[in-house]
Amino acid sequence: MGKVFCVLLVIITLVSVYPIIAHTWWPPPTISTTGPSVDRQLDETMVGTGVLFISSQLILAGFVWAFGGRKGKIKNWPGGHKPVVAFGIIIVGLEILSLTFVGSKAWAAMYLAPPNEHALRVDVQAEQFAFFFRYAGPDGVFGGVHPELISDATGNYFGLDLEHDVASRDDIVVGSLTIPVDTPILLTLHSKDMIHNFYVPELRLQQDIVPGLEIPLHFTATKAGHYEIVCTQLCGLGHYSMRAFLDVLSQPDFDAWLKQQSGD
Amino acid sequence: MSDTSAQPEVHHHGPPQAFIRKYVFSLDHKVIGLQYYGLALVAVFIGMVLSWLFRIHLGWANMAIPGLQLLSPNGAPGGVMTPEYYLSLLTMHGTIMVFFVLTNAPFAGFGNYFLPIQIGAEDMAFPRFNMMSFWTTFVAFLVLMAAFFVHDGPPISGWTAYATLSSVGKAAGPGEALGQDLWIVSIGFFCIGQLLGSLNFIATTLDLRTKGMKLARMPLSTWAWFITACIGLLAFADLLPGAILLLLDRTAGTSFFSPAGLVVGDVVQPHSGGSPLLWQHLFWFFGHPEVYIAIIPAFGIVAHILPAFMRKPMLGGMRVMIGCMTAAAFLSYMVWGHHMFVSGMNPFSAITFSVPTLIITIPFTVATLIFLGSIYGANLRFTSASLFSLGFISVFISGGISGFFLAQPSIDVYVHATYFVVAHFHFVMAVAAIFGIFAGSYFWMPKMVGRMMNETLGKLHFWLTFIGVYCIFMPMHYLGLAGNVRRYAAFTDNYMIPLIPVHKFITIAALLTGAAQLIFLYNLFHTRFWGPIAPENPWEATSLEWSTPSPPPFDNFGGKHPVVYQDPYEYGVEGPQDYVMQTAPGKVTAT
Repeated sequence: MGKVFCVLLVIITLVSVYPIIAHTWWPPPTISTTGPSVDRQLDETMVGTGVLFISSQLILAGFVWAFGGRKGKIKNWPGGHKPVVAFGIIIVGLEILSLTFVGSKAWAAMYLAPPNEHALRVDVQAEQFAFFFRYAGPDGVFGGVHPELISDATGNYFGLDLEHDVASRDDIVVGSLTIPVDTPILLTLHSKDMIHNFYVPELRLQQDIVPGLEIPLHFTATKAGHYEIVCTQLCGLGHYSMRAFLDVLSQPDFDAWLKQQSGD
Repeated sequence: MSDTSAQPEVHHHGPPQAFIRKYVFSLDHKVIGLQYYGLALVAVFIGMVLSWLFRIHLGWANMAIPGLQLLSPNGAPGGVMTPEYYLSLLTMHGTIMVFFVLTNAPFAGFGNYFLPIQIGAEDMAFPRFNMMSFWTTFVAFLVLMAAFFVHDGPPISGWTAYATLSSVGKAAGPGEALGQDLWIVSIGFFCIGQLLGSLNFIATTLDLRTKGMKLARMPLSTWAWFITACIGLLAFADLLPGAILLLLDRTAGTSFFSPAGLVVGDVVQPHSGGSPLLWQHLFWFFGHPEVYIAIIPAFGIVAHILPAFMRKPMLGGMRVMIGCMTAAAFLSYMVWGHHMFVSGMNPFSAITFSVPTLIITIPFTVATLIFLGSIYGANLRFTSASLFSLGFISVFISGGISGFFLAQPSIDVYVHATYFVVAHFHFVMAVAAIFGIFAGSYFWMPKMVGRMMNETLGKLHFWLTFIGVYCIFMPMHYLGLAGNVRRYAAFTDNYMIPLIPVHKFITIAALLTGAAQLIFLYNLFHTRFWGPIAPENPWEATSLEWSTPSPPPFDNFGGKHPVVYQDPYEYGVEGPQDYVMQTAPGKVTAT
């Protein structure tokens, strides 16, 4: 029976590891300046924990094979428990230290580094079950927000006071996020109702959008293309369908797009 | 083999004769333990069937499930599950499993039955509290089940019930009316039951140990229940007020969790000044320790069972294991923020929470290495109980490994709220704890019902379950790496559509693995009524529960208090047999 357990565990271990090594299912190529450091962190963790996973499962399998059904004088681990405890503390301790030092840098680049002061600012409003994006328009100033004016029925998703607030009149409100490539972007995330989330796998960014908070999120996309923004925070019955698109355009294409939007 | 002349007499009243006092409102910790176990058994099958239903929906979104419309005409018209009903079932699955299975069975169930016996007591310190704790838990379960039968169905906010989805009421969506209220009331009752139970466990362990039962001679399972009770006393004391505040937000117009300017369905909500993050802090300050409430008893149970089948004590004796469990329990209160890396809290705090989260892997790694090192040189006997214990080690390794990823904010920012997380917590707390429960069931059922379980069926159950859980949960890691978001009722995003075949595979594996649990159920019922009579000590084990008849008499030791002379795991010793009972006087010589 020990041999069956051993063989089965070896098979389970190898089959489990194969798709990881073969990258059968894997994160899509990253398109952000901070993405590669996240990927590097993921790879390093994968190697470190992969060694721990495979070795510990195989040791378990091997010991069960060797000592299963045995009838003899029991033996103790040579050297006793102290080297085992020390080994565990040192190996995991080193792993923790290295991961924390490298990982904190990756995190800091995303969240602790200040945004570029010339970043293109986009205001994001999340609601059940849609995202809306607001650009400041030709005047470069965002109009004020008034929750009591928010109305899906009239398409006033941000609660702009068009009547009294001049700055809000040229604000551009659209249903998908269009940005220029290689340009720092600063999003300000708001939610009008539930907690939602802004997740773009290619950007390696995921940020909750919390009602009552204004959460800044900055990034720079490095590759033009059409990507999906999905909500990852359970926000109600239509959660699964809550998404928008991220269009990363070349600077001339973006300028033309912005001009076209302002002209509407 | 125990020295009966040294045993002090117990002054006790006779067992109750009336049916109600004997089987229903019983004060006997053994009956209460069985009641908890029975409740967990009912709950686990309901929770499993729910997972079957929503797994089928995830693989085949438009498929009609015959009969589902009878459970909820609104939630499943014509048997086809609506997205909101998917979320309802998901919420109920999580709540039932975490609270009524993973907390009830390994801690309250086995703990109630065996903690007093393992320390040589005739009952818990507060038998009436004990009865109240079970019946409060039972009421909590009924209140939760009632949510299935209210108009809008059960809540859709998940077992984490994040505000503001859970705090603004009916406007948030179906199930967020009466269903969510029932959920909160249920959790409140559950907390009260657990607080009473935890107090009882602590008082019993500290005050009722028999002569010679020093703390250092308590079995590892008793240590685990004791440590868990200490965690529970703090954790449920945090969730209970949290639940009350949430209920007040919904019913009394307070604004603990709902901020100003909230607009739901074009209507400005009458709230001001609340914070949705406050709920997350309160919830996870309970929620992370709750994970350890599920897993530490399983750790203790496995560490208690394995020596009996290895015929040797754990490597390093008991101290290392106790140290690991205590360290994990202590650290469990410093790591709750790792559930909130992307929540919008100050990004500096992510690093603060990341470090203790990574440090908490040290006691668990050491414990795993101790398990592995202990098997070296053993005379390993294969039974259903030992197989599930070995399986526990394997699934705990698999679940623990993914913790390294999630503990790092820079990786969590990619895999947070994906199936990677689902894989992690199912392996490390759900499957590992369930393996602990199964190991405990096969090990202790002879003592609890006085009959031996069928080993052939038990082993078949193990092989199918072991393969099954890997088929279900290992692929979820791959889904998460590919960015597959959890809690989605259907996968309509372009990049998720190619992942649906993986979901189908998981669903089929879940159905088959679930069906394999019927073997256990059959074995359990067959054993209860027709199993061969169990001897007093079928596994040649050493702790006190094996020095009393199977099942034990009303006062556990037949009018005497046992006297303890030995450490709990004296296996592999010299003498006529390779073990020495805790009640055996004299000096033990190791081989």
